[in-house]
Amino acid sequence: MPTTFRLSLLTALIGATLLTGCSKSGTDDNIVKIGSASPLTGPQAHLGKDNENGARLAVDEINAAGLTLDGKKVQIDLIAEDDQADPKAATTVAQKLVDEGIVGVIGHLNSGATIPASKIYFDAGIPQISPSATAIAYTASGFNTAYRVMTNDKQQGSALAEYAISQLGAKRIAIVDDRTAYGQGLADEFERAAKAAGADVVAREYTTDKSTDFMAILTSIKSHDPQVVFFAGMDPQAAPMIKQMKQLGVNAQFLGGDGMQTPKFIDLAGADAEGAIASNPGLPLAKMPGGEAFKQKFNARFGEIQNYSPYAYDAVYVMVEAMKRAKSSDPVKYLAELPKTDYQGVTGHIRFDSKGDLTGGAVTLYQVKAGQWQPLQTINSK
Amino acid sequence: MDILVQQLINGLVLGSVYALVALGYTMVYGILELINFAHGEVTMFGAMIALAVISALMGAGVDLPGVVIALLGLLTAIPACMLLGYGIERLAYRPLRNAPRLAPLITAIGVSIVLQNIAMLIWGRQYISFPPILPQGHHNLLGARITDVQILILITSVVLMIALTLLVKRTQLGRAMRATAQSPQLAGLMGVNANHVISLTFIIGSGIAAVAGVLVSAYYGLAHYYMGFLLGLKAFSAAVLGGIGNLAGAMLGGLLLGVIESLGAGYIGDITGGFLGSNYQDVFAFFVLIVVLIVRPSGLLGQASHDRA
Repeated sequence: MPTTFRLSLLTALIGATLLTGCSKSGTDDNIVKIGSASPLTGPQAHLGKDNENGARLAVDEINAAGLTLDGKKVQIDLIAEDDQADPKAATTVAQKLVDEGIVGVIGHLNSGATIPASKIYFDAGIPQISPSATAIAYTASGFNTAYRVMTNDKQQGSALAEYAISQLGAKRIAIVDDRTAYGQGLADEFERAAKAAGADVVAREYTTDKSTDFMAILTSIKSHDPQVVFFAGMDPQAAPMIKQMKQLGVNAQFLGGDGMQTPKFIDLAGADAEGAIASNPGLPLAKMPGGEAFKQKFNARFGEIQNYSPYAYDAVYVMVEAMKRAKSSDPVKYLAELPKTDYQGVTGHIRFDSKGDLTGGAVTLYQVKAGQWQPLQTINSK
Repeated sequence: MDILVQQLINGLVLGSVYALVALGYTMVYGILELINFAHGEVTMFGAMIALAVISALMGAGVDLPGVVIALLGLLTAIPACMLLGYGIERLAYRPLRNAPRLAPLITAIGVSIVLQNIAMLIWGRQYISFPPILPQGHHNLLGARITDVQILILITSVVLMIALTLLVKRTQLGRAMRATAQSPQLAGLMGVNANHVISLTFIIGSGIAAVAGVLVSAYYGLAHYYMGFLLGLKAFSAAVLGGIGNLAGAMLGGLLLGVIESLGAGYIGDITGGFLGSNYQDVFAFFVLIVVLIVRPSGLLGQASHDRA
């Protein structure tokens, strides 16, 4: 009985898919559907909504200015979906967007969601531009549909290692990561770059993304007397870690990635946060070529910028520019134009390498001074 | 050498917190043979309530020394958690007192999840910071460092453990608890009100859990709605390791677990040449637990099933 039920459900689903597939050709040719996928519920909802708003601002501007492809006036329709920052939900959302007949997608927000979804867009031949996924695995799969407008973890790890060695003069480095896809990837890239630059990795320790007790591993690290302790993970771990370093008297510079470059880190670590250094991909908003103008437009309509909305905004423009060059919104045609992208966006100059990664993207380092993250310097990656 | 001393200090501080929480598990088990899986969440509520009071006082600009503010938070959290513990027993466990063993166990897990969600609704999913209002100094001990907060945790734990031992061994209530643990029916015939004793057991255990919660959040400088889960699980393991139902066992189990965890996480990488790493920190506790249960199923100080609590 359940088998028959499942079978009939499957048949119904396939039928529905075929129907939507058919209806695609029947829709209004003047509407071009673009998907936006990000977490719109849950703890990262504020970031997800921010990405959607960034994309929406661009879409509305393009529509207001009027978009003409091959002599035909077209209107862009942005379809926003909630992937809950969850890999499983992300694939469902991706399939739903594909079924709805989108010709491109801006997203997803998290690497963990972007990577499984990228396979679905690739199979459907639909170009995908992520504004914020930094994991190397995303573009390493060899999918010609996967692009990102942000520096990846390799670029960030290299920039951090370069800074630790050339600016902080570190010879002895200890590394801790939280064993998540993000932490592990960033720590590996940092370690590789640090070793290549001649530094000695004296300790490699691990924790989890739920731990708050690091006394044991920090004591072990202390016995190796490092000059820099690099942590790849998120702020709720970075904050107690720096506190416990101070308690144990570990006299090393605390360094981290974008996961801890947040106001929450300073809130949780209090005075102990002082002097910590962390990176964030991209330029600080104030340094972005179009940062100020974007901020004014965005604030007027949606309020404060959370983090990645300028990248989502640029991603839409990059996609539409490719359509203009191809004189078509057909994914097959404009996908061929994406590698030729040479676009001056609000976040910077956007060009892609053969994998779909941003070339020449920047990584900015920040330091906590007087209870605020202050930009230290921007490193342009290769 | 100083590294070993430091690891021992870390382990003892961590272990004394496990021990405090383990006392609650072991007392309830001793009397009811019930594993109160919601106990970790009571610990979390203790931390959250104390933090709410502390931040309210600081937000109102109350001009008192930090220690006094922390103490006021603690003194609110203790009765609140006692009430919570009483309520859990009254609403979730007492109606199932004569049900099959599995029923209250499932209820316990349910209560634990409900409490987590209530805390999440009240205080949100974010980590909340514990303001640095306690003394932040440190002292030198045999070449290692011990901080004021660590000393505070050790002293508080030892005092509470001694007080609880005296209560159980030397007072009328303690005698009633031991009698109820042996046989609720017989104790009843001797004029002991079993329901009162059970309620009081929950109340005392929850009060101690509140102290443990506040100490933990002061130690790490943060609290959040999920913090009781792993802490509860480790403390439960400590109770089983020491011999569940046995007070001295819970203390010994807690301390041992903390030390094993610290030494394990601190040295495993060096000993195995990096083959195993400190990411196994949480595994050591459970590994030791499995070994002890295979070799000595009743735990280190446990006896077959007599003389509990």
